Amino acid sequence: MMKVLQVKHLQKVFFPGTDNERHILKNINLQVEEGDFISVIGNNGAGKSTLLNTIAGTLQADAGEIDLVDHDVSKKSVAYRSRFMSRVFQDPKMGTAGDLTVMQNLILAQDHQHTVNLKWYQKKNDIPQYQELLKTLNMGLENFLDTQVKYLSGGQRQALSLLMATLSKPKLLLLDEHTAALDPKTSHEVMKITDDMVQKKHLTTMMITHKMSDALKYGNRLVMVQDGQIKLDVRGVQKNNLDKEQLLAAFE
Amino acid sequence: MLISSLGQGLLWAPLAIGVFITFRILDIPDLTTEGSFPFGAAIAVSLMLKGQSAITAAVVGFLAGCLAGLVTGILDTKFRIPSLLAGILTMTGLYSINMHIMGKSNVPLLDQKVLTEYLPAGWNLEIQTIILGLIVTVIVVTLLYLMFKTRLGLSLMATGNNKEMSSANGINTDGMIIFGYMISNGFIALSGALIAQSNGYADIGMGIGTIVIGLASVLVGEIFLRGHNILTRLIAMVVGAIVYRLLLTVAMGLGFPPDDLKILSAIILVIVICVPIIQNRIRTKRQLKKYLAQMEEQDDESITSEASTKGLLSRD
Ligand SMILES: Nc1ncnc2c1ncn2[C@@H]1O[C@H](COP(=O)(O)OP(=O)(O)OP(=O)(O)O)[C@@H](O)[C@H]1O
Ligand SMILES: [Mg+2]
Repeated sequence: MMKVLQVKHLQKVFFPGTDNERHILKNINLQVEEGDFISVIGNNGAGKSTLLNTIAGTLQADAGEIDLVDHDVSKKSVAYRSRFMSRVFQDPKMGTAGDLTVMQNLILAQDHQHTVNLKWYQKKNDIPQYQELLKTLNMGLENFLDTQVKYLSGGQRQALSLLMATLSKPKLLLLDEHTAALDPKTSHEVMKITDDMVQKKHLTTMMITHKMSDALKYGNRLVMVQDGQIKLDVRGVQKNNLDKEQLLAAFE
Repeated sequence: MLISSLGQGLLWAPLAIGVFITFRILDIPDLTTEGSFPFGAAIAVSLMLKGQSAITAAVVGFLAGCLAGLVTGILDTKFRIPSLLAGILTMTGLYSINMHIMGKSNVPLLDQKVLTEYLPAGWNLEIQTIILGLIVTVIVVTLLYLMFKTRLGLSLMATGNNKEMSSANGINTDGMIIFGYMISNGFIALSGALIAQSNGYADIGMGIGTIVIGLASVLVGEIFLRGHNILTRLIAMVVGAIVYRLLLTVAMGLGFPPDDLKILSAIILVIVICVPIIQNRIRTKRQLKKYLAQMEEQDDESITSEASTKGLLSRD
C-alpha cells in the first residue's frame, strides 16, 4: 500500500516560554494509506484541528516531519501542499469566495497548480460539464452558475465547497467538522454526498467529527485524539465492531 | 466647464482605477498613492527635461509606480507590516526620492512636446485633452479587462475576496497581493505623469489628497454604475473620476478658493460614503413597510374569511 501521508514525531507548542505555553500536539505519529477514510474524534481542544492545520500548512510544525506522497513538505507553503490535498472548513464561508460566481469558484478549485497564467479561465464549452457536476449535488445549483456564492445558503455553499475540494483530484482530502454548521437534515445530506464522493473517486480522507454516529458509520478507520496524542487507532473489522458505548468510554 | 472636467477627469481615471484595484479587488486601503502619484509626475517631467519623449516618460512613470507598489507589497506580505502602515512608509520614503529626482520642489516643463501635442494641432487644447484621455483610458480599461478574464485575474480577485480559500486552492496569495499593489500604483503614477504634462510642471505637493480623490472617485462611480461585471466596474471608475472633477469644477465656479479644495475633497468623500448607506437604509425601510402592509392585508382577509365562516356555522 502506498502511504499518502506520514506524520512523524509531530510537535506543536503555542506561546512557548510564556505563562500561556500550551503543548497541543505531543509527538504525533500517523500513517495514512491510500484509500483510507479516517474519522477523527476527540474532545474540544484535543488538538484535532491543530493537527489538520499543521498537515495543510496553515500552521508550521515546531518539530517532526510531514511526508506527503513520499516527500517532506513540512517547510512548504499552503499553496504548494494544496497540489496534493484539498480542504473543507467548518465555516461554509471559508471554503468559497463569496463575491465570485459558482462557476468562478469551480474553476479556481479545479487546478491547484497553474494558478497564474494568461489563458482565458472561462470557456463557453465547459458550461455543460460544470452543470453536470453540480447536478450530482442534488441542490439545484446547476441553475446558479453565474450567481455570486454569497447568495447561496450555508448548506449549498458547503456542498459546493465539497465538490470543489474533489475537483483537483487530491491525494488527500481534509474535512474539519464540515457538517457542524448545518441543520440536521442538510448536515445529513452533505454527509451522504461526502461518502458518495469519497467512494466514487476513491479519495483518501481525514474527517474530523463530533457526531459519534457519523464516526462509526463512515470510513474504514477511526482515530481518537486526546490531549494532543493519538489514543485510539482502529481500522476494518475492529472499527466495525465498535459501538457508541465503547467510544464514549474511551473518552474518559 | 463640462468639456474641461471631461478631459481632466479622463486624465485622473487611471488614478481611480488604481485605487479601485487595491481598495476593491484586494480590499486594502493603500496610502502609497500619495507617493506614487508625484513619483510618476517627477519621473516623467525629469525624463522629458533630459530629452526623452512624452510617451517614454509616461511609460517609465507607470513602471516607477509599479516599483513603488512592489516595495509596499513586500513590506505588507513578507515583513507582515500592516498594510496601512506599509503604505505610509513607502509614501514617506518616496517624498525624499521625489525631491532627489526633481532637485527642487517644483519643476516646470520648458518647451518639451507633451502628449497632447502628438494630436492634430488644429484641435483646441480641451479636445486634445479629451482625446488623449480617451486613448489612455481605453488602453488601460481594455488591458485590465483582458487581464481579469485570465486565470491570473481570477486568482487576483479570489485572493482579495478570500485569502484562506485562495491559498488552499494553490494560489500564491503573497505574490498576488504584491502584483495587485504593483499594477495599482503603476496606474496611479501614470495618472501623475499625465497630470504633470497637462499642468506643465511636477510639484512635490501634488500627491497630497490623492488617496481621498481616488476613493471618492471609486465611490462616486459606484453610485452611478452598479454591477459585479468587471467591465462595468472599470467603466464606473472612469465615470467616477469625471463626475468627481465636475463636482470640483462646480465648487470652484461657486467661488471656493483653490486652497479650500482639499477640505472640499474630504467633505465630498464623507458624503459619498454616507449616501449609499442612507440610500440603503431608506430603501430597506420602504420595502419593509410595504411587506408588512401586505402581510396585514392578508391577515385582515383571513380574519374576515374566518369571521364569515363562523357566521355561516352559527347560522347552521
Ligand atoms: N493559532 C493558535 N494559537 C494559539 N492557540 C491555539 C491556536 N490554534 C489552536 N490553539 C489552541 O490549541 C488547542 C487545541 O485546539 P484545536 O482547535 O486543535 O482543538 P480541536 O480538537 O479541534 O477542538 P474542537 O473539537 O473544539 O474543534 C485549543 O486550546 C486552542 O485554544
Ligand atoms: Mg476543531
